[in-house]
Amino acid sequence: MKEENRFYERLAEKGISRRDFMKYCGVVTATMGLSSSFVPKVAEVFAAPKQRPPVVWLHFAECTGCTEGAIKSMYPWIDELVLEILDIEYHETIMAPSGRAAEDVLHRAVKKYNGKFICVVEGAVGTKYNGAYGKIAGRTFLQIARDVCPKALAVICLGTCSSYGGIQAAKPNQGGYKGVGDALGIKTVNIPGCPPNPINFVGTVVNFLLLGKLPALDELGRPLFAYGKSIHDQCPRRSHYENGEMVIEFGSKEAAMGYCLYQVGCKGPDTYNNCPTAKYNGGTNFPIQAGHPCIGCSEPNFWDTMTPFFRERG
Amino acid sequence: MEDAVGVKIPDNARIIRNLLHGAQFQQDHIVHFYCLHALDWVDVVSALKADPKKTATLSDNVSNDSHGGVPYFKQVQQRIKTFVDSGQLGPFANGYWGSPAYKLPPEANLMAVAHYIEALRLQAKSMKMHAIFGAKNPHLQTLAVGGVTCVRDLTPDRIAQFLFLWKQTQDFVKNVYIPDLLAIASFYKEWGGIGGTKNFLAWGEMPLSDKEPDSLFLPRGVIMKRDLKGVKMADPEKITEHIARSWYKGKKARHPYQGVTDPYEGDPKYDAETRYSWLKAPRYEGEPCEVGPLARVLVAYARGSKEIQGLVNNALKTLNIPVSALFSTLGRTAARGLETVAIGDAMEGWVMELVGNLKNGNAKTYTPWKMPRSGKGCGLNDVPRGSLGHWIEIEEGKIDNYQYVVPSTWNLGPRCANGKRGPIEEALIDTPLQDPKRPVEILRTIHSFDPCIACGVHVIDPESNRVYEVKVL
Repeated sequence: MKEENRFYERLAEKGISRRDFMKYCGVVTATMGLSSSFVPKVAEVFAAPKQRPPVVWLHFAECTGCTEGAIKSMYPWIDELVLEILDIEYHETIMAPSGRAAEDVLHRAVKKYNGKFICVVEGAVGTKYNGAYGKIAGRTFLQIARDVCPKALAVICLGTCSSYGGIQAAKPNQGGYKGVGDALGIKTVNIPGCPPNPINFVGTVVNFLLLGKLPALDELGRPLFAYGKSIHDQCPRRSHYENGEMVIEFGSKEAAMGYCLYQVGCKGPDTYNNCPTAKYNGGTNFPIQAGHPCIGCSEPNFWDTMTPFFRERG
Repeated sequence: MEDAVGVKIPDNARIIRNLLHGAQFQQDHIVHFYCLHALDWVDVVSALKADPKKTATLSDNVSNDSHGGVPYFKQVQQRIKTFVDSGQLGPFANGYWGSPAYKLPPEANLMAVAHYIEALRLQAKSMKMHAIFGAKNPHLQTLAVGGVTCVRDLTPDRIAQFLFLWKQTQDFVKNVYIPDLLAIASFYKEWGGIGGTKNFLAWGEMPLSDKEPDSLFLPRGVIMKRDLKGVKMADPEKITEHIARSWYKGKKARHPYQGVTDPYEGDPKYDAETRYSWLKAPRYEGEPCEVGPLARVLVAYARGSKEIQGLVNNALKTLNIPVSALFSTLGRTAARGLETVAIGDAMEGWVMELVGNLKNGNAKTYTPWKMPRSGKGCGLNDVPRGSLGHWIEIEEGKIDNYQYVVPSTWNLGPRCANGKRGPIEEALIDTPLQDPKRPVEILRTIHSFDPCIACGVHVIDPESNRVYEVKVL
């Protein structure tokens, strides 16, 4: 309790009232689909961890867009995630050391927290030629994944690439790229998306800290609280679909009226994600609201199965 | 694609793309300076020794940050102390802290760490600008061949929200980023003579009308051998990509239209004498060129851009260094900040131009087009990291060939068929190291290019001939 009071004092110094704080705990709780009675418990998770849970964050074949997405977290802010909530032991983009000094940190963290750390993976793993197409410090992604992932308490695949292979695995897939679960034959929690909404990642981590277990997953390893419903079923333009009110061409009167984007290629009916309700960048927007068809970026193999992203007129 | 199918985008689409791009520059450069580069110059651990009172005075003297004062810096210092005392140092563990190459006094270090934390929050907030017209960040979805799709976001409340976020971001750039940049640079002036290259290329960016390249806000041009007066218009026909030292089949250097990407099949062996990189080596008239903020600023400076000339001359005067100091690591890092000011300042006018169009009843955001059976086209841009070109060939209504030449291959590509070094390799030569085991100086120059890649550098101690390997991320 003393810890908690000190936490609220710290928040107050930063100009964040207890009320604001409870509000954003409420946002996280709602995203996770927990009842509002969980709000104070979520606050506890953010307020006073005795030891911050260690995280080893691996980068394989990827564009770092998932990290770029994650640092846009506003509930809680990214500096709070880094300084007060999580212990990000290893993360190539944000860590200060380089070279041997960075490599030492990885080996030390995996040894020290063996069986106790959360492993977050961004990027696909090459499997052809024994994984030779991607190496860090002389080890292939495949070797690193085989070494680190089994020692983790849980493996969270952040983004479509680590979840299912992503663009690297698209035809002709010259490096034999796969998602981590597939490449290693292990069970992973998958937070797909290109990139995923950081709130789905935070929600998964909070679930873990709060309930001591991972959230309920679907058969593709995705947390049901975020990926349980199709975009189509939550779409604000759904009534236009039901009424057959369709956009046939961008820039048209129908586009200006906000009609359904199905005819120009929207993949909302085949895509499971909470984009229409959670929205991106602090609840500002999501593709369909911006008049752009959903491209199905959180589904496995979407580069092959969801293309062409746009459907041509006629 | 738009070049290949021959479609001209409407004025509003051009403005919205410029605004999204401008917001990208603001966010990218803030993140780069504070989160990816600052810790090469700022010693986090030393910030614990700072006197918050003296820090507040320093901050009052150099910046106009709305955050400040003794309680603020006390709180930041306490936050770091709590973090360090926990024994879980996270991303700050094992840095080269305490190296004699770090020169800032503790108070400057504390000020910079406080702004590092502020920058983290600001960049998250600023990218709401992208979400407003571009659905989300990163990987926006509003761009369609022929224009943009966000027609329903062109409302007064959305535009007002965009302006508010733009202002907050630009206030940070002018009142915090630039003062920090100049304050830190004043302790590291010798870096105005380290880490320079010779040739510079900018495709330019942000067309102010449908006339490209004439109307580009950041102009197109090429400068060879540091000859600013000899600046020329850059011609995309003069580009080749070399693969003689890369892990691709064959040895022939080709123009992107004839480009082939056919990777080595198997476990590629690293051999510095033959092939050693997955990157191709782009060349302009056979010469390597640096791309990025410094190239853009030099081209704009040489071609007489008033905004850029004013900002550059002011910074040089403040630091009391000559124009020649721009060809350096310090010049590169300064150029990134200065162009952020110029771009950010221009954005307000672009918003007003959009508002003017809407007021006059012009809400057009898209031009219809038809897919040809065949065609080819190229798109030349400058993105935060540097010059980016895409080349497409269409046959039978499908993509026949698609090649892109990106900033990080220009800067970090391997040697070419003629053995010429790429810009980053060139820039590293003669870098002084205080302690080869803690080569923070190497990180300074490499990070100053903001390369979009992890890379390896071998450091050779000329006295012992001992080879150290440094991985840079």
